[in-house]
Amino acid sequence: MAGWHTHQGQAICLPVANVDTDQLIPARFMSVSRADGYGDYLLYDMRRDATGALRADFPLNAHPGASVILAGRNFGSGSSREAAVYALVDAGIRAVIAPSFGDIFAANAVNNGLLPAKVDDEGYAAVEAAVAKDPQSITIDLDARRLTIDAATIHFTIDDSWALKLKNGWDDIDLTRNYCEAIAAFKVNRSQTATWAWPAEVE
Amino acid sequence: MRPPQTMLDKLWAAHEVTRREDGVSLLWVDRHLVHEGSHHAFAKISERDLPVAEPGLTFAVVDHYAPTRNRSKIDAPQIARMIDTLRDNAAAHGLRLYDLDDPRQGIVHVVGPEEGLTLPGLLINCGDSHTSTHGAFGTLAFGIGATEVAHVLATQTVWQRKPRSMRISVEGTLGAGVTAKDIALGWIARLGTDGAQGHAVEYAGSAIRGLSMEGRMTLCNLSIEGGARFGMVAPDETTLAYLKGRRFAPKGAEWQAACVSWASLASDAGARFDREVTLDASEISPTVTWGTSPEQALPIRTPIPDPASLPPHKAEAARAALEYMGLKTGDMLEGTPVDQVFIGSCTNGRIEDLRAAAAVLKGRKARVPGLISPGSARVKAQAEAEGLDRIFIEAGLDWVASGCSMCVGMNGDLVGEGKRCASSTNRNFKGRQGRGARTHLMSPAMVAAAAVTGELTDVRPLLVGRVT
Ligand code: SF4
Repeated sequence: MAGWHTHQGQAICLPVANVDTDQLIPARFMSVSRADGYGDYLLYDMRRDATGALRADFPLNAHPGASVILAGRNFGSGSSREAAVYALVDAGIRAVIAPSFGDIFAANAVNNGLLPAKVDDEGYAAVEAAVAKDPQSITIDLDARRLTIDAATIHFTIDDSWALKLKNGWDDIDLTRNYCEAIAAFKVNRSQTATWAWPAEVE
Repeated sequence: MRPPQTMLDKLWAAHEVTRREDGVSLLWVDRHLVHEGSHHAFAKISERDLPVAEPGLTFAVVDHYAPTRNRSKIDAPQIARMIDTLRDNAAAHGLRLYDLDDPRQGIVHVVGPEEGLTLPGLLINCGDSHTSTHGAFGTLAFGIGATEVAHVLATQTVWQRKPRSMRISVEGTLGAGVTAKDIALGWIARLGTDGAQGHAVEYAGSAIRGLSMEGRMTLCNLSIEGGARFGMVAPDETTLAYLKGRRFAPKGAEWQAACVSWASLASDAGARFDREVTLDASEISPTVTWGTSPEQALPIRTPIPDPASLPPHKAEAARAALEYMGLKTGDMLEGTPVDQVFIGSCTNGRIEDLRAAAAVLKGRKARVPGLISPGSARVKAQAEAEGLDRIFIEAGLDWVASGCSMCVGMNGDLVGEGKRCASSTNRNFKGRQGRGARTHLMSPAMVAAAAVTGELTDVRPLLVGRVT
C-alpha cells in the first residue's frame, strides 16, 4: 500500500449521523472476493431505489469523482467488517471527515490507506458550510493535520501512530517481524508462568 | 507500593510484549477465533505465503452463513462457497473446525465460553465486533478487522493502544422481567452509541454480581453498541462455577493454579477510572428500541418521542429513523403491531434466554410467525432436553438449527421489506435484518410477549403467576 502526505480532491457532504457498517456495505454483498471490487456496493441501499437504479439526488451518485466525504458523528459504527472500508476505498474515497468514528472502523480505515479525519463541532460546521450545496475542492495535509477548503483552514485530529502509518503506507505484518524475538520470549515466559492459558488437552 | 490498578491495567500488562515509543502496545493473543467472514484475512496471508503462527490457539467456527434448515444440502451457491472456503482454510492450516454437523457448533461467541476456550485472564480476538462478549469472564476480548485478523494469524499478536477505563456500576436489584438486555439498552440510550468510544467498560455493582454468566455475556456483548470495544466483568464464584469441567478449561492442579491467578484480576480497591457511571437497578424497566440505532431506545411504556424535543444533533436522525420505522410521534411504543419475531444471536441465544422466552410462551399461542435459532447446537440439545422446543412449536414458532441467522441475514433468514420484527438481537440498523426491515431490539422475554400479543408489549403482566 502506498503512503501519502497530501491529497487534493473533491469533497461532498453526507450530513447523516451514525452511518453504520451495515449501511456502508449490506451483509449480502460480503461474500465477494476483494479482487472483484467493492465500490459498487458502497452505501448500496442508500444510493439505489428498490429496482437497483442509482438515485440521481444522492451526493455520491451526482458526483462520482468525489474522493472526500464529510459525514455526521459516529461514522462507521457497528461491525468489524473491513468490507465497509473496501467499499469506500474501491469507490475512490481517500478520506472521511466526521466528528467521531467507530473505533474498529477507524483502525480498518488506516490499514487501507483511508484517512478518518476527526474534526470538532466548529470544524465540522466550517466544512459543512463550504460543501453543503456543491462539492468543493479540498486539500488535505496529513503532516499539518490540516484541511483547506474554500478560503477556510480547518484542523483535524488523528492518532499519531495512525498518521505515521498512513504517510508511510506501512504494513503491520512487516513491522512486527522486527519483534520476532520479543514475541518468542514472551511466549516462553507465558507458557511457564501461566500454563493454564493454553487450551487443556482433550481427547 | 504500586498504585491500585484496574482490571484493564492488569490484563493489559499481562499481555504486553512491547510498547512502542508512540504508546501503542504489541499484545499477545491467547485465543483467536475465526469464521467464514475471515476469508479476506486468509487470502492476505496466503498472498504472502505465510503460515498460521499458532494453529493450536486458533479455532474456526461456521456461524455467520450457517443454514438453519436443511444443512446437509445448501442451495445457495455463494453460501456454500463461504462455508467451503472456511473448511479449506481450516484444513490447510490445521485448525480445529466447528463445522455444521458438529454437536458443539454454534455462534462463535457462544461456542468459546461453552468450550472453555474463553477463560479469565486471557486475550481473545475475533474478526467480529461482538467479541466483547467474552469479557464477561474477566477477559480482554475485542473485535478486529480483516487486516488485523491476518496479522494475528501470522504473528499471534495485535497492535493496540490502551483504551481509557470506564466503570459502569449498577447497584440494587432488577425487577421481575428486567434483564441484562435492559441494563445495556438503558445505558446506551442514556450515553449514546458513541458514549463509551475509546473506553474499556468494566461493569460492577451488586446488580452485576447478581447476574448469571449468560446475563453478563449479554451485557458485555452489547458494550460495542455503546461505542466501547471492551466490556468486562471481574471473575467470581459464578464465573468459576460456569467454567469448571468445560472441555478446554484447565483441569486438576492447572485449575487450582488458574483460580489463584484469576482471583487477583479484579480491580484493586481505590483504582481510578477515567470515567464512572452509576445506575440504579430498580429504575430500569423493560426497554425497546424505536429507531435505527441502539441508542434510540425507551422503556416500553413510553410514547414515541418527538424529534423536536431531542437535542439538535439527535433530532434529524430521529426524524429519519421514525420515517424508516413507520412510527408516529406521540403513539405509545406498547401496542405497536409487529409482523414477526426472532429469538437468537450471540446477544440473547443462550439457554437462559430460551428459558425466559419459554416461561412467557408456555401454553400460549403466538399471533405472528417467528423463528427461534439457539445460539449453539449444545443450547439446542439442552433446550430440547428441557422440553422448551415443544413450548415454542406448540406456540406456533419455528424451531431451527443454530447460527447467526436473522441477526444479520447472511444465511438467507431475512425479515421482509417493510416488515416489523421484535428481535432479541443487537443491531437495529437500517437493513440489518434485510432491506427495509424494521427491527425492534428487546430481551427474549419481551420478544416472546410480542409474539403472544402480536404487538410490542410489556412482558411483566404476562409473567404474573409463572415460574421464571
Ligand atoms: S449473532 Fe449477529 S452479532 Fe453475533 S456474531 Fe453472529 S452476526 Fe455477529
